[in-house]
Order: sequence, then structure tokens, then C-alpha cells
Amino acid sequence: MTRRVVVTGFGGLTALGHDWQSIAAALRGNRSGVVRMQEWEKLDDLGSKLAAPVALYKLPPQYDRKVLRSMAPVAVMSTRASELALEDAGLIGDPILKSGMTGIAYGACAGGAEATMAFGRMGEHRSLRGLTSNTYVQMMSHTGAVNIGLFFGITGRVIPSTSACTSGSQGIGFAYETIKHGQQTVMIAGGAEELSMGPTAVFDTLFAASRRNDAPNTAPRPFDKHRDGLVIGEGAATLILEDLEHAKARGARIHAEVMGFGTNSDGAHITQPQMETMARVMELALEDSELPASVIGYVNAHGTATDRGDVAESIATQKVFGNKIPFSSLKGHFGHTLGACGSLEAWLSIEMMRDGWFAPTLNLDEVDPACAELDYITGGVRTLQTEHIISNNFAFGGINTALIFKRWP
Amino acid sequence: MLPQDVFKTLKDTLVEQFDIDPAKITPEARLYEDLDLDSIDAVDMIIKLQEITGRKVSPEDFKSVRTVADVQQVIEKLLATPAS
Repeated sequence: MTRRVVVTGFGGLTALGHDWQSIAAALRGNRSGVVRMQEWEKLDDLGSKLAAPVALYKLPPQYDRKVLRSMAPVAVMSTRASELALEDAGLIGDPILKSGMTGIAYGACAGGAEATMAFGRMGEHRSLRGLTSNTYVQMMSHTGAVNIGLFFGITGRVIPSTSACTSGSQGIGFAYETIKHGQQTVMIAGGAEELSMGPTAVFDTLFAASRRNDAPNTAPRPFDKHRDGLVIGEGAATLILEDLEHAKARGARIHAEVMGFGTNSDGAHITQPQMETMARVMELALEDSELPASVIGYVNAHGTATDRGDVAESIATQKVFGNKIPFSSLKGHFGHTLGACGSLEAWLSIEMMRDGWFAPTLNLDEVDPACAELDYITGGVRTLQTEHIISNNFAFGGINTALIFKRWP
Repeated sequence: MLPQDVFKTLKDTLVEQFDIDPAKITPEARLYEDLDLDSIDAVDMIIKLQEITGRKVSPEDFKSVRTVADVQQVIEKLLATPAS
């Protein structure tokens, strides 16, 4: 017998605000978080100077020296987003957090960039200078997950979902499965990414980062004929997942039910997405949810605005949901927040479903004829009532995820 | 560094790096119990002092320190050796 899993908390730090009200206003106003990065000008051979950094946020006093010493920015954001989510869920100070019945499934592409560079300098300078007792723990790939655990005294399982652009969505998926099968009652799930030049350089090298440096608000352009690549973003988003019976017993406010999760891999090419397995992962999530494709009323796309990714994703989506399915990506607003995007987009998609409107793909002016026909939401927000949505994400190495959520009455 | 400056340097380091109340930093103060440092703070304190002195602290010396005066003694001993 499996358990039903619901979402009882949201928390996030984003380029467009740190609560749904602020973010909703930005989405309704077609505002973008993308800016030209002044400090990136010093890298002559970096073609893309664009990014979507997280908006300024203030840490409360409980983030003291001993808390912060082991945290790179990615871990600070992971922890603060989780604190906001636990507050939203009404679970701050609840004994369940330290009982062993609460766990964590959380990820990011990597640990802190500064700490990683300190180890790099070690080889270059042949000296340990600059390394401290905390350099490694700031650099390690599961730094966000374990710092969340330390901060809240979590004693249940920690599942680091470190899989680049599916870190956040796998975090939610693994958390859902963990509760569904009874291993934990509450899970802190999601992903984060701190901004550094590294990821932009990666895509710049692959000719897949936007060079619209003089018009930051026009990039990225998912599914647009004139897209020229992605823009890296920054942020963190946490969902609190909970056993439905536990949530009901404590009178929790329920945001949505997690109906299904699918994850698979391409096994084909390190960077080129494969539309067959992308379509298959959406089917896997549907099979897990025991729902027909026809009940899904909105698809939140990964839509990074890369040449091949957008084409493959649109074809895969059409194969599963047909050409009438309402479809948009939030990458135009937030850039590609890598480890954070899966949970950020799941959170915002659920909020949009609850409010009965969905944001358009920002900067999508003319759909690329190479992309499959779908009901692309463009221009402004779309009023749309639906009970079920799916949020899809795809990562380097060919990792695919799909998450299905049901509106809670 | 002159020997009389050692205590001041150590005190400044503890205040700056670990937000410790300067009034608590006496030669007798115990690092862990009185100053609320822990094992990894102690490592970072030694790393900082290695930078300042240009000398490497041995594992034996590191493990033997308990109080501020112990740390002062280790630094004085280091300063009496040639810089590495």
C-alpha cells in the first residue's frame, strides 16, 4: 500500500522576488531578470555577458558565523529557501523535523565556485594557501543538502540529487517516491544554483549561450525562430512534500498533490537531447499517476532556448499531448537556473494553476518552424482553469524528468 | 613580529575571524570551553597564524594547544625558527 503525497510548503529566492506575490506581479508584467554582468566584461573571450542573478535578499540573525562558515552561496540559498518553505508549511520548530521521519532530497550542479577555485589555485600555485577547514565542505556537490540538514537538525535520509538541470526536479521526484513508499513522512525537496561564470562559459564554448549583450531583456528566447542560446540564472526553490494523512492530521494547508514522477535517461549523447526518451519520460509520469494524457491542461517546458533542445522537446511534447496543449517555459523570465529550475518551475506552475492563469514564454515572438506545433502561450498571461499540470526538465548526460501535479480543491 | 606583538595579533585574529568578545580573550581563556571555538575553528585559527608568521605549525603543536597562552607559546616558538 502506497501513500498519497502532497505539497504543503513553498519557498524560494529568485531573480524576480522571493514570494509568489512579487513573482506573480513580475510574470504578469512580462518582466525579465536578465541583466548584463559588468564584472564579466573582463573576460574578453567570453561571448555571452548575460545572466539573471538572484534579487538581493537579507538573512535573519540565526545565520551566524558558525552556520555560515560551511556554506557557499549555493548552500545559503538552499537553506534559506528551505526555511521559507518550512515556514509556509507551518513546520518550523515542529518535532517531526528532528524525529528521523523528515528527510531531504536536494541538489545543484555543483558546490561553491569560490571554494572550487581555491582547490584549483592549489595546483597552479603549488601551495595550500587559501584553503581553510571549510573549503571542501563548501565545494562538495551535496553541500546544499547537508547544510539544510544541519540548520534544521534533520536526522532522516539525505538524497543529494546532483544532476545538473534536473537536480531540482529529481529532488522533488525522489522525495515523492520516498514518502509514497513510506520511508519518510516529510521531505524537504528542491534545488539551487549560485551564479558564476563557469556555466555560461560552458554554453558559450558550445555556441549555445545568448550573445544579445546589448539587449538583455530580449534573451533568452525559448522556441523562437531567432533564439541564440540560453542565459544562466541563479536561485533556489524548495517544496515541502508530506504524507497526505500526516498533513491532514495536523491541519496543514495543502497546495497540490504530487500525482506522478518519471525519470529516465537517453543513453545516447552527452549533450544532444533525444526526443524518444524525452517523450517516454512524460509517459512514465502519466503511467505513475494513472492519468490519461488528456487530463493534463498545461505543460511547463524546460525550454532553454538552445538550438536542438527546444526542437526535440517540442516534438516530444506533441507526441504525448498533441498539438493543442497549452505550453510555456519560464526560462525567458529567469534564465536557466540549472540546479534550481526543476523546483522553481514546479513551484511557480502549481501557483499559476491555483490562480487560474499561466505565464507566456517571454521573448517568444515567432515560433521556430522547426519546432512542433503546440498551443504556445505568448504575449501575455493566459487565463486557464485546469486540474492537472506537468513540469518537464532535461539535463546534460541525457537525464529526463517529468512531474505531474494536481490542484488541491 | 616582536614577542610583545604576538598576543595582540592573536587577539585581533580571534576577534576578527570568530567574532569573539575581546574582553573574553585572556591568556588563561580556554579555546573550546571559554571562547566557543570548535575543532574546525581551531584549524582556521592555525591557518591564519601560519599566514601571518610564514611558518608551518606541526600537528603535535596544534593538538597540544588548549588555551590562548598555549597558542601564544606555539607562535613564539615558531617565530624563533627560520621562515619556510
